[in-house]
Amino acid sequence: MTEYGPLKLHVPEPAVRPGGTPDFASVRIPRAGSVARPPVDADAETIRDLAYSIIRVLNRDGEAVGPWAGLLSDEALLAGLRDMMTLRAFDARMLMAQRQGKTSFYMQHMGEEAVSCAFRTALLPGDMNFPTYRQAGLLIAAGHSLVDMMCQIYSNEKDPLKGRQLPVLYSSKEDGFFSVSGNLATQYIQAVGWAMASAIKGDTKIAVAWIGDGSTAESDFHAALVFASTYKAPVVLNIVNNQWAISTFQGIARGGSGTFAARGLGFGIPALRVDGNDYLAVHAVACWAAERARRNLGPTLVEHVTYRVGAHSTSDDPAAYRPKTESDAWPLGDPVIRLRNHLTRRGVWSEDRHRQTEAEIMDTIMAAQREAESHGTLHAGGRPSMRDMFEGVYAKMPPHLRRQRQMAGV
Amino acid sequence: MARKTMIEAIRDAMDVMMGRDDDVVVFGEDVGFFGGVFRATQGLQAKYGTRRCFDTPISELGIVGVAVGMAAYGLRPCVEIQFADYMYPAYDQIVSEAARLRYRSNGQFTCPLVVRMPTGGGIFGGQTHSQSPEALFTHVCGLKTVVPSNPADAKGLLIAAIEDPDPVIFLEPKRLYNGPFDGHHDRPVTPWSNHELGEVPEGHYVVPLGTSAIRREGSALTILAYGSMVHVAMTAAAETGVDAEIIDLRTLLPLDLHAIQASVRKTGRCVIVHEATLTSGFGAELSALVQETCFYHLEAPVVRVAGWDTPYPHAQEWDYFPGPGRVGRALLETMAA
Repeated sequence: MTEYGPLKLHVPEPAVRPGGTPDFASVRIPRAGSVARPPVDADAETIRDLAYSIIRVLNRDGEAVGPWAGLLSDEALLAGLRDMMTLRAFDARMLMAQRQGKTSFYMQHMGEEAVSCAFRTALLPGDMNFPTYRQAGLLIAAGHSLVDMMCQIYSNEKDPLKGRQLPVLYSSKEDGFFSVSGNLATQYIQAVGWAMASAIKGDTKIAVAWIGDGSTAESDFHAALVFASTYKAPVVLNIVNNQWAISTFQGIARGGSGTFAARGLGFGIPALRVDGNDYLAVHAVACWAAERARRNLGPTLVEHVTYRVGAHSTSDDPAAYRPKTESDAWPLGDPVIRLRNHLTRRGVWSEDRHRQTEAEIMDTIMAAQREAESHGTLHAGGRPSMRDMFEGVYAKMPPHLRRQRQMAGV
Repeated sequence: MARKTMIEAIRDAMDVMMGRDDDVVVFGEDVGFFGGVFRATQGLQAKYGTRRCFDTPISELGIVGVAVGMAAYGLRPCVEIQFADYMYPAYDQIVSEAARLRYRSNGQFTCPLVVRMPTGGGIFGGQTHSQSPEALFTHVCGLKTVVPSNPADAKGLLIAAIEDPDPVIFLEPKRLYNGPFDGHHDRPVTPWSNHELGEVPEGHYVVPLGTSAIRREGSALTILAYGSMVHVAMTAAAETGVDAEIIDLRTLLPLDLHAIQASVRKTGRCVIVHEATLTSGFGAELSALVQETCFYHLEAPVVRVAGWDTPYPHAQEWDYFPGPGRVGRALLETMAA
């Protein structure tokens, strides 16, 4: 026995559980426009405070303010709003399709649309994202075929991935969207490797890594920071902190450290936090980090502070682990409404145009859905062939697999 | 043609490929400036620069993880895991990522990657420097697994592996680096300079993956072996006088099943030898295949000689190692059956 008494295990708890009153008082939200915009070649040591603050551009009145504002034209912002609205409508239809039994599983983006949609606009052709399952905005903002995405979700005869992958684990080399694994965090380190390859070859392309707050606990995340730091890889390392990893609040992965962004500081990697529900702020930070990578200044760690309004996937019920009204209390608001208000304030948008656009988008989505469903859904209509199942394991099918295909009768 | 050690042959393969293809990059722990703890990459950094051959942090997950990303970009990484025993942190990257990337992306992204790792015991390396984890790779669809038994093959197989469009696990029996170790640990090892398979052709050549070699023709019994056990089997056959046909599998997956069938149908008897632990080892797969495809030609049960199902011990290394004594007894018993 020591003089200190028995030890006690600390298990972090969220501030509120179901039945309680949502409380985000502990989330410190700086005023929009209040965070400085350092030069892209700033020494990581001199900008440590950016890992503890939140870069914001849109204020409560819908104005774009501060040093991170002013990068986007009306046209670009209107396109951004359209991308986010498209993603939201796409999610609504696909969520319903899953409930109707047309596919096995779906994951929506509600509340996080700005993160992937805005980030995509900072990238150039040839750059490569290594996304998680909640960055479909990267595809939508790139103008990827909605029909192809739906065919993947339905695992039908036109599925570009031949029915081999779970719904929403898309792949599009053409649009800079690396095949989503489904195992968490594994691709964070691969993005660093891809970026190192680009540097080895004297190329100009950069890589963009994506991970959730919960998955930063995986060793892959830490290995990625080590390698990115060691080789100054031209990569942007994104953490999407949507507060919840299925049912565990972010404190389980973060432990006692102040922020996820601060994880980068020990590696000498410049680390920023950004308001993930602010399309303009995400875009500005993405441009800043991408420029660092393009100028061979090395990696940047970006924590997108956002909130997962919906369930993790179609397989969980958030009411079991957090207050039902928690999303209403989230202090950073809704990314679509905030950009809409800003465009209205700029005088290029109106309630009527918004409703009209919403209707147009829904028409487009439903037309795409009809076309996709004409090629089948998971349990009905056209499906990938059994022969396809045996293809593509290797470039050239080895004899043992040929024998198995014969045994299967295809 | 010069006689080379297996380490020199492996280095030669990487040198040839780095010279031919600017996309080939080599990295790992201690691999760059120092040239690797077994010296396999010695001189490559000086010759090709730090851009093509470099040291990495001590993170097997990181080494294979960045290699997968590089391969997806279009490079051909040939990475070293310092000992196969250190591979486990990288296993997820190998199994869930490298092996499945082509399949899950329908060929949009591929992973032409070689992971080299010294394997097997016989150097008093204890449980963390002696393991033979080949069955953990042959069980994974999307991977190819290669185990050379001599310098000439090692070079040709490694070149084939680097040129392969899919991920290849390249297991190097470290006890064979300097000579064809016959399993008699108490006798001096013949150096490769005194062995015909130490003759390593100059320049570029391949030993195609999926082809075996007959090391000794015989009519009484077939021995299936790979890596260090090929030489142990040769010794056991010589010492017992059993007229064994010894097949060096060279590649475990894809497997040269035709050669196995042809030999076992001829001899009617089969002994399978590997250094890895017995249960669920690659010998189980071989045994099942022989039973499935040669049953009516068999005159005796198929026998496996393998490492015992214990961790690789330190002091009892030679009690563990399936040497010529154990293999020889299995040959005689199978002949008597």
